[in-house]
Amino acid sequence: MGLGTADDQAAKSDIVLVVRHLCKSFVTKKGAPAQWALDDVSLEAHAGRVTGLVGADGAGKTTLIRTAAGLLLPTSGTVTVLGLDSAKEAIEIQRRVGYMPQKFGLYQDLSVDENMTLYADLQGVPMAERPERFQRLLRMTDLTAFTRRRAGALSGGMKQKLGLACALIKSPRMLLLDEPTVGVDPVSRRELWKIVYALVEKEGIGVLLSTAYLDEAERCQHVVLLHEGRNLDEGAPQKFKDRIRGRVFLITPPADVKPRQIQNHMAGQKGIIDATIRSGRVRVVTEHGWGAQVAETLPAAWRPHIREALPQFEDAFMALIPRRQGHFQIDPHPAVRKGLPQDEVVVQTRGLEKWFGAFEAVKHLSFEVRRGEIFGLLGPNGAGKSTTFRMLCGLLSASGGEIRVAGHDLRRSGAQARAHLGYMAQQFSLYGQLSVAENLTFYGRAYGLGDPKLRERLAWADAEFDLARWRATPAGQLPGGYKQRLAMAAALLHEPDIIFLDEPTSGVDPLARREFWLRINGFAEQGVTVVVTTHFMEESEYCDRMLIMSQGASLAMGTPAEIRKLVRTPDRPDPTIEDAFVALALGEVIPGGHAADNGKGDSP
Amino acid sequence: MSRSALFLMRMRGFLRKEVLQIYRDPSSIALAIFLPMVLLFIFGYGVSLDAEDVPLAVVLDDPGPEARDFAARYDLSIYFHTHYAKSIIEAERWMTQRRVEGIVHIPQGFAADLLAGRTAKVQIIINGVDANRARLIQGYSHGILQKWTEVRQARGEPALRPAATVTQRVWFNESSISRNYLVPGLITLIMTLTGILLTALVVAREWERGTMEAILVTPLRRIDLLLGKVLPYYVLGMLGMVLSVVVGIFLFGVPFRGSILALLFLSSLFMLASLGFGLLISAVIRVQFVAAQISIVAGYLPALFLSGLLFDLDSTPRFIQIISYILPAKYFVTISHTLFMTGNVWPLLLPNALALASMATLFIALAYRNITKRLDG
Repeated sequence: MGLGTADDQAAKSDIVLVVRHLCKSFVTKKGAPAQWALDDVSLEAHAGRVTGLVGADGAGKTTLIRTAAGLLLPTSGTVTVLGLDSAKEAIEIQRRVGYMPQKFGLYQDLSVDENMTLYADLQGVPMAERPERFQRLLRMTDLTAFTRRRAGALSGGMKQKLGLACALIKSPRMLLLDEPTVGVDPVSRRELWKIVYALVEKEGIGVLLSTAYLDEAERCQHVVLLHEGRNLDEGAPQKFKDRIRGRVFLITPPADVKPRQIQNHMAGQKGIIDATIRSGRVRVVTEHGWGAQVAETLPAAWRPHIREALPQFEDAFMALIPRRQGHFQIDPHPAVRKGLPQDEVVVQTRGLEKWFGAFEAVKHLSFEVRRGEIFGLLGPNGAGKSTTFRMLCGLLSASGGEIRVAGHDLRRSGAQARAHLGYMAQQFSLYGQLSVAENLTFYGRAYGLGDPKLRERLAWADAEFDLARWRATPAGQLPGGYKQRLAMAAALLHEPDIIFLDEPTSGVDPLARREFWLRINGFAEQGVTVVVTTHFMEESEYCDRMLIMSQGASLAMGTPAEIRKLVRTPDRPDPTIEDAFVALALGEVIPGGHAADNGKGDSP
Repeated sequence: MSRSALFLMRMRGFLRKEVLQIYRDPSSIALAIFLPMVLLFIFGYGVSLDAEDVPLAVVLDDPGPEARDFAARYDLSIYFHTHYAKSIIEAERWMTQRRVEGIVHIPQGFAADLLAGRTAKVQIIINGVDANRARLIQGYSHGILQKWTEVRQARGEPALRPAATVTQRVWFNESSISRNYLVPGLITLIMTLTGILLTALVVAREWERGTMEAILVTPLRRIDLLLGKVLPYYVLGMLGMVLSVVVGIFLFGVPFRGSILALLFLSSLFMLASLGFGLLISAVIRVQFVAAQISIVAGYLPALFLSGLLFDLDSTPRFIQIISYILPAKYFVTISHTLFMTGNVWPLLLPNALALASMATLFIALAYRNITKRLDG
């Protein structure tokens, strides 16, 4: 904001995008009130820099990018791209910008080369320029060896890179990228960013990019923080971080304390905005003016372990977005459920395999989960997490190997095993037209809960998940976070001792994601075993142990600390789980063996 | 580059993409080639409006040679399969149990009456549940009686005295085989279904897979999109049509008396109308499943029941007839029947062709109007 200074005036000449008071509403049903996806948003993007649209799902990022691409008409306000009005001169804009939609717009039946030729034809790239241009784009995206492969047979990361190559086919002056890195493995994510930087620096392209990964905001030169259709704030990432200096702290857990316990203690304390686990430590953001007093909220034994930390963008984000009502408070003294033997192995697989035709989706996987553990299956889209997961729940049959759940062999006594399981599917799988209470009653009955028990559990669900005021609301009309609460309540209604959660935090805003993990922590403290999949690498910090998967195989298994330790080097003293994934996937480190210098090394 | 060079480049890219997709994704080929063949075989072999080997009870109460000779005519007929009953009681029981569909009762005194020159009586009872079939059986039976009379008269033997002689001649479908009538009608049905489904599904698929969103943000114009979808599927649909005609003529022995050129020209008009209708659906519906349902309900079913393909429209209520005027299939059924069984009767073909041409224009124009380069209409 504030385009007053001389520097800014100079920069004005290379403004590639101007959004002025943009509003966009959608009418979902006739007669229903319009949904405002964007509400009076103004922003600018410049040539030669990456402008990031940062926000949770439903913040309005996609709507804004689509409007800029001429795919949507503003309800009011204007979008000007390269000096052209997006409502009136869409086709002229489309000649000049590269656009990459969230769902890659690639033709799966066409090869890499054919996809690129198609877009070159559509964009009118002269034949003479093509060989050189294609070669350069292929080299940039590392796809030279795959020109004849069908797009459908590429990995998720390669698809994204091909999508980017297609968007760049005409050397556009501006790039619109809608969540180009979502669900992509960390290695490909880093490569995509490298390409974007190269374009910005060498060719001076203006990039408008949306992302739900808060760590990616730091990679942008300018960040616009969208929240529920409004521009909350914008500026360089550093500006966001500077503002909360002195309000961010790290607590290193003492020897006998789990980070989770500290997190549970801190979350919901007065003056504490955010408490997360990062690299084995608890990261805390305080409210304005509370930084000096943060140590007082800790028990005396923990106080020496707290120190101030440099703010990250995520901390600033959490401090900026408005809290919603009914903020979750964790019970600091959970009651351990009785009658559950501790330390018993409840889920066990040995040599688990799954073949789909000639494709091996899961390769010889063996692991164990103990009672009361939070066990994470981690990996990018397409790593085989969901397939493994469905086999564990008995939804898919294994092609080979053994699975035992709660002491039952899933192949022989699936039904008995299932009575112990709670399952929350990746997609919202409740009945949208039924009310909250009706959905819960249905699930309770399906699990055979009798009247008194059902009443007791419904009361529990109302209290635990703060669902009481939504009882009569049709499930389909719940706000996002509450849908997820309801799904979880339904999965837990029959008091399972093992719960399986498939990508529970996918498409959920950061606030709801934190709340979700606090709840999970709570259940684990009560002795419930939790098996969870996620593609958010940093979420694995909440797990007791995890299995990192890539292309159907296990890359590494262990506690977050063990995994991080695998990849610790002198130049990387404090690696994140994402660093670990990248190092493991690239073969820089062989779990159980030594670091390999040439990336190959001998197998353990 | 000039505007037309750019246009040609876009079209080339778009068409090549469609051809590659058709070639690699079997669903379009299945729709254009396999589906017509399945329909053709089901209707060609499975559905017949003819009656053959109709089970018939014969009650021979008269032992005379004339009576037996008359009954033998039924034994020999290809239309009937006779079962001799001991009495009319037994025959009636068979009839109630649906083991036979008709009874020929030759009463006592048949031969005596015949030889004495009196009016000899034969009773024929037909199961009338299926009125059409009953009329067919009645017709065949009547034919046998008439033939027998003619033979006896020719030999100078006493015969049944016909009240009047009807000389019947069937034109255009001389042997009255229903297949000759069904197959040309069926080609109408096939073209309706494939034409609408091809475009409606292919466009909906692009929406579902997210490719539409990506190509909309290119300099592609609405007319490019229209042509790019109509041209390849016109060719594919016409291939299916030609294949159906070839199978009809050579496998089912259906006559074809018009000219091939006339067929190609007139069926092109119809194909364009179907494709245009499919595009119109696809402009509004972006989900394959719904697009398929609408194609069936708004395209296939009316073409099957209201186009005069199976049921004669003249005997339907007035409002059905009015509805049928807005169905392209109605016009093409007439064209197809005429070309197959009668020939190039231009006074009949032209008005129908005109109707098809205007409908094709209307649908394609409407589709063009509704094609949008935006996501929210």
